[in-house]
Amino acid sequence: MEQVEAVFREERGRLLAALARRFGDLDLAEEVTSEAIEAALTRWPIDGVPPNPGGWLMTTARRKAVDRLRRDQVYAAKLAILQVEADRPTPQATGNELPDERLQLFFTCTHPALAAEDRGALTLRCLAGLTTPEVARAFLVPTATMAKRIVRAKKKIREARIPFRVPGPDELPERLPGVLQVIYSVFTEGYAASSGPYLQRLDLAEEAIRLARILHRLLPEAREVTGLLALMLLIHARRDARTGPDGEIVLLEDQDRSRWDHEMIAEGRDLVVTALTGGPPGPYGVQAAINAVHDEAAEFESTDWPQIVQLYDVLLDLDPSPVIALNRAAAIALRDGPEAGLELLDELAAEPRLQDYHPFALARADLLQRLGRLPEAITAYEQALALAGSEPERNLVRRRLGGI
Amino acid sequence: MKYMLLINAGELDLQDTPVGCEPEDWMRFDKEITDAGVVVASESLADLVTATRVEVANDGKRTVTDGPFAETREVLGGFYVIDVPDLDVALDWAARCPGSRGGGSVVVRPIADF
Repeated sequence: MEQVEAVFREERGRLLAALARRFGDLDLAEEVTSEAIEAALTRWPIDGVPPNPGGWLMTTARRKAVDRLRRDQVYAAKLAILQVEADRPTPQATGNELPDERLQLFFTCTHPALAAEDRGALTLRCLAGLTTPEVARAFLVPTATMAKRIVRAKKKIREARIPFRVPGPDELPERLPGVLQVIYSVFTEGYAASSGPYLQRLDLAEEAIRLARILHRLLPEAREVTGLLALMLLIHARRDARTGPDGEIVLLEDQDRSRWDHEMIAEGRDLVVTALTGGPPGPYGVQAAINAVHDEAAEFESTDWPQIVQLYDVLLDLDPSPVIALNRAAAIALRDGPEAGLELLDELAAEPRLQDYHPFALARADLLQRLGRLPEAITAYEQALALAGSEPERNLVRRRLGGI
Repeated sequence: MKYMLLINAGELDLQDTPVGCEPEDWMRFDKEITDAGVVVASESLADLVTATRVEVANDGKRTVTDGPFAETREVLGGFYVIDVPDLDVALDWAARCPGSRGGGSVVVRPIADF
């Protein structure tokens, strides 16, 4: 049963998007989408799968929506007003394919008018087809809390009337980064967690990649979407090598590269090329390129550091943040030696954003240790230990300290 | 759907008016939004020093005070009520309003529908 439901997960998003747009109400759309899928799970094993499954689900869901509106006239009256006003030309269906209206739903779920913490949750729920308890588990909050957040977000969509629409070409450059940021934050949430004690945790990184794949199919020309998908694939390809048998962190330099997912790397590399062709590069595309260079190296020592430094220069130009400057300094340390890297880190030491950022303390400690300045290295490691957030991160610092 | 645009002035610095908030910018914006036919109501408020606060306690006792004079950095300076299809259109008008520039902001609130 669970497997069959998994098959419906993507279909659920498509149905939900089309119905939300048709009726202008996410709650009604969710309700009848679930009912239609339930009906399919009951009928199809008996009657056989209909020739046009998507069409069957849509017709069933619409019929259920109309039934519901007949039963509840007050609700119907309210929606009717919404619908007349929201009436815009609908894209035509081609052949048996339902028009894919998920792009509209992406922009609604990630609307900047929603609380930042609600956007990822709503996107996972509406577009990745996760249930509320699954979303709650993913963000490590109680189900009741997550249910409240989702209700709050849906209430705002309904009552402030956040539209189900794709921004025009003139608005897209302003709105698309917001969508990408939601997907990437879902990914990084999963990425950081895969080293944590939460083995039962839903794999958020994979959900984020799935969402990016859908978005990439909907917007094949948007190079930053391509770049984001590439970036996540190139990082996720290293997942099996990132932790040891006891869940401890294995750094890039110590990873067993034969355990990387080389098929995923190849896919990511092809996408990077597309993302960086035909216009100025975007930050996701450049980050993807940096990860592609890492993934191409047969061993850590043969990494093309000059190229990585060059890419960081480009990235720093696009996004002059201290965290990127820190990564660039680390790359320079590997190209030109620890002294050069440490010099750059000391220039960054006053940055407020790096004060409580444990990777900064850890990078300094590492370079000091390489330079043989051990008492200073120990102080920096102790700083990193105090700042590290998760147990595996603390263990990594402890191992380093123990090695001195 | 009706929305109220609450226009909050930024920190008042009378020496130099921020770019995009000159009186002619306001006049141009008011003409644009009026010509678009979406304005239901609009007013701008007199200077904050003319404001008076009234509170009535549970026992019915009325307290009238001068003010409030803000520790709040933003001060409500005026509003528009507009009737537009959805939030995106309302946000677009808010972004075009000179009140959203120069340290000020415009808060967009849907009007409750009873």
